[in-house]
Amino acid sequence: MPKRIAFIVPAVLFLVLAVTLWWGLGHDPSIVPSALIDKPAPAFKLPPLEEENPGLSEQDLEGQVSLVNVFASWCLPCRAEHPILMRLAEDDVTIFGLNYKDKPEDARNWLGRLGDPYSQIGVDLDGRVSIDWGIYGVPETFVVDSSGRIRYKHIGPMAPRDLEECIRPVIERLKEQGPGLETVELPASCQGSKG
Amino acid sequence: MKAALIAIALLFALPAGAVEPDEMLADPVLEQRAREISKNLRCLVCQNQSIDDSNAELARDLRILVRQRLVSGDTDEEVTQFVVARYGDFVLLKPPFKSTTYVLWFGPAVIFTLAAFTLVVLQRRRARVEAKPLSPAERRRLDSLLDDGLDP
Repeated sequence: MPKRIAFIVPAVLFLVLAVTLWWGLGHDPSIVPSALIDKPAPAFKLPPLEEENPGLSEQDLEGQVSLVNVFASWCLPCRAEHPILMRLAEDDVTIFGLNYKDKPEDARNWLGRLGDPYSQIGVDLDGRVSIDWGIYGVPETFVVDSSGRIRYKHIGPMAPRDLEECIRPVIERLKEQGPGLETVELPASCQGSKG
Repeated sequence: MKAALIAIALLFALPAGAVEPDEMLADPVLEQRAREISKNLRCLVCQNQSIDDSNAELARDLRILVRQRLVSGDTDEEVTQFVVARYGDFVLLKPPFKSTTYVLWFGPAVIFTLAAFTLVVLQRRRARVEAKPLSPAERRRLDSLLDDGLDP
């Protein structure tokens, strides 16, 4: 019997180690889970991009399920992500823009040329508000429920797959079930899923 | 003499980090506290550098923020918590001690203990085998083998 244990114990230890390392291989360390998930959006007030429009504050986030997308005209991945945002806007998803450390005229040109998917835009010239949102690279996208709580975060440009498998399901579940929804079950490939 | 002076100067030189002169606080005590806090805050853009070492723009913004919090009267702990509340525990270069990090803190000690235990058990087993004396037959065989080897 002890001989069998002497065989099983190292085998089990090896398996645990192998599984852990295997998981580590598929895990992108540049994606840091947000500390703000399931917390109310931080209080902020930002000026608009065009003078005649309203700016953006945390109060605007209440009342509907929305996306908050951090973007800049100088950010190449944002350019790659832009068509996805346009598609979402066509499907009546409310998207709020956080223009990160951009020249307002550049941002205006960019949106004029490519199209403007944003319902409202707040201009974060010095990036201070973005720090409150835990931003460390653009683009980043948050899903916010109708009570103004942050429920999901996507870091980096959204690919069509991220949209269909992760972002849309979260939006739809939150629209159906309201902000009371406790957890949203997602495929393991989604950034917000646990483990 | 000159070389010796340079050597001594180098010996006392402090690492400058990435802190630019215009970021520094006039109060040397506050500035020193800011440096110490910054050294334990990870720059999430470059990940393996502290914000004190990193030239990334976000690191600079955070260094300035740390200094602003200190000037407004925060304790060191409050400043660190301010950043952790926004960026999570991963922003700390020294991970906190709590239930989710037990594996991290105890893992190496557990593995070391297991390895030491295994080593002791194996060593004992080997010692037990070696303690058995040779039988007369084995002794004769060994002697003949050794004799054969010695004869040219």
